[in-house]
Amino acid sequence: MDLTLSPEQEALQEMIAGFAADRFEIDTVVRAFGEPGGFDRGAWAELAELGTFGIALPEDQGGVGLGAIDAVLVHEALAAGLVPGPLVAATLAAGLVEGVIDGSVVPALLERPAHGPVVVEHLRDADVLLVLDDDGISKVDAAGLGGTVLPHPTDPITPVTVLDAVPEGERIAGPEVARAWRRLGSLLASAQLVGLSEATTSVAVEYAKERQQFGKPIGTFQGLKHLLADCYMRTEVARSAVWSAGVNLDEPDAGDVDRALASARLMAARAATENGKTGIQVHGGMGFTWEVVAHLYLKRAWVLETQFGNPDDDAELVAAKVAG
Amino acid sequence: MQLRDTPEEAAFRAELREWLAENVPKLPPEPDHSDWPARRAYESAWQALLFEAGYAGINWPVEGGGKGATPGEHLIYLEEASAAKAPEVTVGFVGQMHAGPTIIAEGSPEQKAHHLRGILDGSHVWCQGFSEPEAGSDLAGLRTKAVRDGDDYVVTGQKIWTSNATVADYCEMLVRTDPEAPKHKGITWLIMPMDLPGIEVRPLVTAHGTAEFAELFLDEVRIPVANRIGDENDGWRVANVTLSFERGTGFVGEMLDTTNLMRDLVEIAKVTPKGNGVAWDDPGIRRDLGVLAAELDALWAYTKRNVSAGAKGAMPMGSGSAFKLSYAGVVARLGDLALRILDRASLAMDDIGGQATGAQVHGRLHAFAVSLGGGTSQIQQNIIAERVLGLPRER
Repeated sequence: MDLTLSPEQEALQEMIAGFAADRFEIDTVVRAFGEPGGFDRGAWAELAELGTFGIALPEDQGGVGLGAIDAVLVHEALAAGLVPGPLVAATLAAGLVEGVIDGSVVPALLERPAHGPVVVEHLRDADVLLVLDDDGISKVDAAGLGGTVLPHPTDPITPVTVLDAVPEGERIAGPEVARAWRRLGSLLASAQLVGLSEATTSVAVEYAKERQQFGKPIGTFQGLKHLLADCYMRTEVARSAVWSAGVNLDEPDAGDVDRALASARLMAARAATENGKTGIQVHGGMGFTWEVVAHLYLKRAWVLETQFGNPDDDAELVAAKVAG
Repeated sequence: MQLRDTPEEAAFRAELREWLAENVPKLPPEPDHSDWPARRAYESAWQALLFEAGYAGINWPVEGGGKGATPGEHLIYLEEASAAKAPEVTVGFVGQMHAGPTIIAEGSPEQKAHHLRGILDGSHVWCQGFSEPEAGSDLAGLRTKAVRDGDDYVVTGQKIWTSNATVADYCEMLVRTDPEAPKHKGITWLIMPMDLPGIEVRPLVTAHGTAEFAELFLDEVRIPVANRIGDENDGWRVANVTLSFERGTGFVGEMLDTTNLMRDLVEIAKVTPKGNGVAWDDPGIRRDLGVLAAELDALWAYTKRNVSAGAKGAMPMGSGSAFKLSYAGVVARLGDLALRILDRASLAMDDIGGQATGAQVHGRLHAFAVSLGGGTSQIQQNIIAERVLGLPRER
């Protein structure tokens, strides 16, 4: 048993975090991705060049040949840097859709809905739409799909399109792949939620050390200290669950994978949304402005919270596992 | 990273599981929670069995008489003991988790020879005399005074929250030896035999109606200087050796028992009538339980993370505090959910309707012991905020 980072894994996270900070400066590059026509394919290709999307693919498929746990660490660092774009979709599709692994083809991903208007993130900037259902994966050419790009996406960096209908498309993989994508997709969404949890806390802590009221930094006051300590607690508890789930996906005999994934999602979604809210509150009135970054972490968390499941279904699944 | 047992760990687990399956059934029925002399006899008998089998002091170093298990084996021990419903460590907690490790780390050869074996084989029970009525969260503000007189310290004062004091043989004590020094610099750590003249033990009944704590009234108790651990006025440092031990893995065994309590609650929910069905039919109840189970899963993973970090060097600063803060919240919310599921059966700490409902009500009240003992949740938040996040100190 060992749930600590190896030196190589520490270096991997530092490399991704460093790249994100250099190439995806939040107030310029990241925010611009959300604007119409703002998806920077050059930056996306540079991200792909690092091996980001092929991290857990075997080397003979052009990947880096590492495990699901390493993909977790990459996605934690990407989200902490608010790196934009269809990160989970690209990581899932890298081994199946040509061009995704090198960033030249941008995918969007959708769970085939049972009913209602179909909401797809990142379709505006995508070349292909991948549709996931119980029977497998289908590929649809994004050009000519139509749909309405909504002018006010909740997360300004995650463009949202509404489709009237989803075409059948071309079946490119069967149920086993769909099942694997759901598992890895859920795990990577959880990993990103952990990254957001930590980053929003760090931003709030720095602000609490600088902002002065009543003649001292507001972080001196226990009212804020306790909010931020809870953020730290939620992040570390969630990170533990997500790392454990990541290792469990690589070692399926070490525990119940679906339970581990659902527990991880519950903890990670809670940490990211609660910490995101605290992040805004700690910034006071400025936290409620478009200009300050605090809202971006919460909004990204809301987007991820409903990818590959939702907290109610996860809670039902864990409860059913406990009940046996 | 790895979740699987190593071959050595797997062998350790298999051997232990077999031993537990053979020995747990030999135990007499567990005595009542409030009968401390009976609890002492019950737990000491179990401890003697562990000692004979070589499992006592599982995580103590070999030179201290312990098993010297790796941190991974320690977790396996806690996991298997809980799964086998082996006796919880209650009267043995202070000796095994505080006093023993402190003596191993800081004690003289004579002190080690005199005390460690008794803790390991269950013949000696310890209590803790740290907190005082005026020194709770501000423990370093303690006032019980010790005045040197020849080969003795003459100790006068009052201690509170002294677990197991009514059945203990020894007390690990913090006393003030230098009232003039800054408060952290005038404290000394002493071993106090509980049969010395001048000690009065008054049981303190808790909100769940049991006397697991006591108050100690000390009136010129003569404690030999030879019973001092560490140097005079160095007791605060010595005490922190044990407090960090407690925040590390001290609550892990209890957390696993809470997981058992949660499983029992599900069984109760499956047979407790509600509306036209049973409580478990209610999605609100199921989802709340699912979230709590997820958090217990996460805390178990957090424990593995911290313990494996500890094995490689040191547990990250604040991880024990974050663990305990989170765990305290889970126990309280699990108790809240239990009261909802029990409905009118929550009106007694006795079992109702042939179900083990009493333990659930007891568990809800016990949650306060978690959020208050070993540093309140608010103190844990301060530790995280100041020592991990680096927020400015208020004082």
